[in-house]
Amino acid sequence: MPSPTETEHVRVVIVGAGVAGLSAGWKLAKAGFNDFVIAELEAQPGGNSRAGQGAAGPFPLAAHYLPIPTQEAVAVRELLSELGVLIGDPRAEQPRYDERFLCAVPQERLYRHGRWEDGLVPAVGIGADERAQYKRFFGLMESFKRRCDQGRRAFALPMALSSRADDLVALDRQSLRNWLLAQGFDSPHLHWYVDYACRDDFGTRADAVSAWAGIHYFACRNGQARDASGDAVLTSPGGNAWLADGMARSIRERAGDRIRTGSLAFRVIETGDRMAVDVWSPTEQRVTRIEAEQLIWAAPLFLVPHVFAGNASLKAAAATFSYAPWLVANLTLARFPAERSGAGVAWDNVLFDSPGLGYVVSTHQQMRVRAGATVFTYYRALAEVDPAAGRALLLGTPHETWAEQVLAELEGPHPDIRQVAVRVDTFRLGHAMVRPTPGLIWGTERARFAGDFPRVRFAHADVSGFSLFEEAQYRGILAAERTLRRLGRDFVSSLA
Amino acid sequence: MNQALLFSVFVVASCGLAYELIAGALSSYLLGDSVTQFSTVIGTYLFAMGIGSWLSRYIERNLIARFVQVELMVGVLGGFSAAALFFVFAWFSAPFKLALYLAVFGIGVLVGLEIPLIMRILKRDLTFKDVVSQVLTFDYLGALAVSILFPLLLVPHLGLVRSGLLFGLLNVAVSLWALWLFRAQLHAAYGLKMQAAVALVVLVAGFVGAGHFSSLAEAQLYADEIVYNESSPYQRIVITRWKDDLRLFLNNNLQFSSRDEYRYHEALVHPGLAALPGARRILVLGGGDGLAVREILKYPQIESITLVDLDPAMTSLFSTAEPLRRLNADALRAAKLKIVNADAAQWLEENDDVFDFVVVDFPDPSNFAIGKLYSAAFYRLLEKHMNAGALAVIQSTSPLYARQSFWCVVATLENVGFVATPYHALVPSFGEWGFVLAGRRVYVPPRDYTVETRFLSPETTTALFQFPKDMARVDAEVNRLNNQVLVRYFENEWRHVIR
Repeated sequence: MPSPTETEHVRVVIVGAGVAGLSAGWKLAKAGFNDFVIAELEAQPGGNSRAGQGAAGPFPLAAHYLPIPTQEAVAVRELLSELGVLIGDPRAEQPRYDERFLCAVPQERLYRHGRWEDGLVPAVGIGADERAQYKRFFGLMESFKRRCDQGRRAFALPMALSSRADDLVALDRQSLRNWLLAQGFDSPHLHWYVDYACRDDFGTRADAVSAWAGIHYFACRNGQARDASGDAVLTSPGGNAWLADGMARSIRERAGDRIRTGSLAFRVIETGDRMAVDVWSPTEQRVTRIEAEQLIWAAPLFLVPHVFAGNASLKAAAATFSYAPWLVANLTLARFPAERSGAGVAWDNVLFDSPGLGYVVSTHQQMRVRAGATVFTYYRALAEVDPAAGRALLLGTPHETWAEQVLAELEGPHPDIRQVAVRVDTFRLGHAMVRPTPGLIWGTERARFAGDFPRVRFAHADVSGFSLFEEAQYRGILAAERTLRRLGRDFVSSLA
Repeated sequence: MNQALLFSVFVVASCGLAYELIAGALSSYLLGDSVTQFSTVIGTYLFAMGIGSWLSRYIERNLIARFVQVELMVGVLGGFSAAALFFVFAWFSAPFKLALYLAVFGIGVLVGLEIPLIMRILKRDLTFKDVVSQVLTFDYLGALAVSILFPLLLVPHLGLVRSGLLFGLLNVAVSLWALWLFRAQLHAAYGLKMQAAVALVVLVAGFVGAGHFSSLAEAQLYADEIVYNESSPYQRIVITRWKDDLRLFLNNNLQFSSRDEYRYHEALVHPGLAALPGARRILVLGGGDGLAVREILKYPQIESITLVDLDPAMTSLFSTAEPLRRLNADALRAAKLKIVNADAAQWLEENDDVFDFVVVDFPDPSNFAIGKLYSAAFYRLLEKHMNAGALAVIQSTSPLYARQSFWCVVATLENVGFVATPYHALVPSFGEWGFVLAGRRVYVPPRDYTVETRFLSPETTTALFQFPKDMARVDAEVNRLNNQVLVRYFENEWRHVIR
C-alpha cells in the first residue's frame, strides 16, 4: 500500500459502517457531536443489513429479521421508536409495533418428507418419547428465560447484561450438543431442530457451538408486544436494511455527510496522543490518513491483526475468533413456484435435513392479492466442514455451480423452480459471522476487546461473540458513549 | 356398399337431430322459456330442412362429391354451433337471437340436403320402394338413438359444447367413409380429401380445446347452465343463467344473482352515500361487475368515480357483454368513471387521491391474501384516502352465518380509530348479509333517499341497523397482518354452515 498523500483531522474516526459503526455514529450524532467520519469499505453502508434491489423489489443480502426487542434492549427500542415502528412509550413492557413490520401470518413452515409442516419443529409422525423430550427441552429453556440472579437475567440480550453465575458460565466450556446429551436429550428430531437453530444464528453446528451461546438463543427473548406474540419478528422486503438505512438517514440529518464509502482502512497506528487510520480509496487510487483523538473499530475483529500496528497480544487475542462462511442466493422469480402439499407459503420456509437452511420470501409483507414476481432469499451456512475449508469451498466454487446447487435443492419443494427463476444472484460471505465456539463467550480474549482503552474501542457484534443486530447495536452505542465520555461531552445514555 | 350407406344414414340422421337438440337446449339455458325456445328452434330447423330438400334438385352432377362436401360443412358448422353461440352470448354485444336462428337455419338447410342426396345415390342400385323404406327407417332410428343418448349421456358427461363437436366429428367420419367407399368413382379427389382433412383437424382441435371452455367438473358445481367461463390470471369467472337469473361466480363463490342483487347493492351504497349529500369523489375497491357503480351513478352530484378492480377480465366482460351491460345499466361505460385494474392495496399505497365515499367490496376473507385486505393495516391505509367527513362501507360477510367474522371486521375498524356502524340486509340468494360503515364521526342514517330504490326506504332503513339476538355482537380479535384471525374465524364459521 502506498503512503498517505494527505492527512485529515477529525476528533473521532469510526471504521466500518455496518450495524455497529452506524449505531456508534447514530449515538454520536444524537448527542449533538458531528466531528467524526465513518470509513466503509463497501459502496453502501449497512454491512450484513444491506439490501439488493431487483425487478421484484428489494431483497435482503444477509440479515433479514429483528425479533421484537427484549425488556433490556432499551437502545433497540429507542431506535425503533425513532423510526416510527415502535409506537408509543419505548420503555413500555408491551410496546405496540407497526403492523406492517410485524411478520405477517404465516410466519414459518418446514419442508419434511415431501410435505410442508406448520412451524419449525418437526411434528408429523414424532413418537411419544421424542415429544416428551421436546416438552422437557422447551420447559428447560423457559426456566432459563425466567431465571434471574441478583437482578441479572441468566441470558440477557445484550449478552453483556447477563448473570455471571458460575453454573451458567460453566456452560460456555462445553458444546451445545454435549450438553444436550448430558441432559438426556437424544431425540434425533430435537437435535436436528437445535442444530438448525445454531446454523441459522451462528452459522455453526451444535457440536461446535458453546452451550451457553446455544441456550442464549432459546432463552434470551423475553420481548413482548401489545398486538403480537412474544416470538414475533420485525421484517421488511429488504430484510434489515430499513434499520441500517434508518440509522444512516438519522446520522445525515443530525450530523451531515459522515459516511465515507469505498474506503478501505488498512493501517491503524497510535502516534503519541492520536490515532492514525490510513484509508485506501480504490476509485481515487490514493491513501488518506485520518488522524483522530479517538478510534471506534466497528469492523470484524479478524481484520485487527492485519491492520493494527504493533500490539502483539491484541493480535493474538483476535486470532482466537473464528468465522462462519455463508452463501446467500437471491432467486428472482417471475411468479411463485408450484407447491407441494401441506402448509402454504410462509415468510421463512425451512428445509429439513438439507444443506441449506431454507429461504425467506421478500414480498411476504406486501398487502397483495395477486401473487406476482418475488424474490426467494436462500441461506446456507457452510457448517458441515471447518471454517477454513468451508471458505475455500465457498470462494473456490463458481457462481454457476452454486446457482445450480441451489436450484437443485429447491427443486424438491418446488418442482418448477427452474421455469420460474429468471435470475439467481449469489453472495459469498467468507466471514459472515463470528462463531461462538466453546470458551469464546466467557474467555479472556473476548473480554479484552470489550474493554475501554484510552484511544480505541472495539464496537462490533464480534465483541459479544455472536452476530445479532442487538449485539452490534449495543457495542456500537457503548463505544460511542465511552468515546463521548472521554471527550468530555454531555449526553443522555441510550443504554441505562 | 348399400348397408354401409344405410349406416351412414343412421349417423347422419342422429347428427341432424343432435344439432337441433343442442340449439334448442342452448337457447333455453341462455334465454329461458324452454317451450318457446324449443318450439321456434325446431320450427326454424324443419323449415330449413325443407328448403335444403328443395334445393337438392339443383345438384345434378357429382352427387357423391357434393354429398361429401355437404357432410363436411354440416360437421364444421354444426360441430362448432354450441361453442360459437356461447361465445356470441357471453362476449359480443351482438344480437344472440339473430346468430342463433341463422345458425339453426344454415345447419337445417345442409341437413335437408343430405337425405335426398343419399336417396339418389342409392337409387342407382335399389327400387324406389326399397330406397324410401330403408332410408327412412334408418333416418328415424338415428333420431331415436340420439334423443335417448342426448339427455342421459351426452349432456351430463360431455356438455353441450363437446357434444356438438362430437357430432361434427361423426359427420366428417361419414364423409371420410364415403370417400373410401366411392374411391373408384372419385378419381384422385385430392381437393375433397384436403377439405376433409382440414375439417377433421379443426374439429379435433376444437374438441381437445373445449376443456378450457367448459369442463365437466365445473358444470357439476353449478345448479344452472354455465353461459360464460373464463380463467383469468387472478380468478375463475363463471356466469350461469337460468331463465332471467344471471349469476356470477368467482372461484366458485356466488357473487350475485341478478334476481336480488339490487338488494345487496342498494344496501351497500345508499345508506352511506345518501347520508353524504356533499359527496363528489367516490372510490370503489373491488366491484368489477359495475353494480355498485350503477347505484352510485344515480346521484347527479357525483363528479368522479374511480373503480379499482384487480382483474381486467372482469371489468371488460361487464362493459361488453350485452346481458351484463343491461344489468349494470352500462355503468362501466359512464363518462364519470375511471377504471383502474390494480391490486387495491398497491394502488392505495402508490396514489394520494382523497375521496368522499369509499365502497370496499372485496371477496370474502377466505384466504390469507384476501385476509390482508381486511386488516387493521389496510384500514389505516384506506383512512389516508378519506376526507374529513368521508365514509367507507365495507362488505363484511354474513353476520348470521359468520357472526364472529362480521364482528371481527367491526372490531378491526374500531381499532384503527374509525367509528364503525354495522348493518345488515336480507339478500335471498346470499342470506342475511352484513356491511360496516366507517368514518371519523358518528354516522346518522339518511332521512330520505333522493334516488330511486327498489329495496330501501327511509322507514325500513332503521331496521338495517338493528341486530337481532342471533346476530348480536360477539367478542372478536382485531384482524392484523400478523395474526389473520379473520381468515380463521371465517373458515371455522362457514365450515359449519350447511348450504
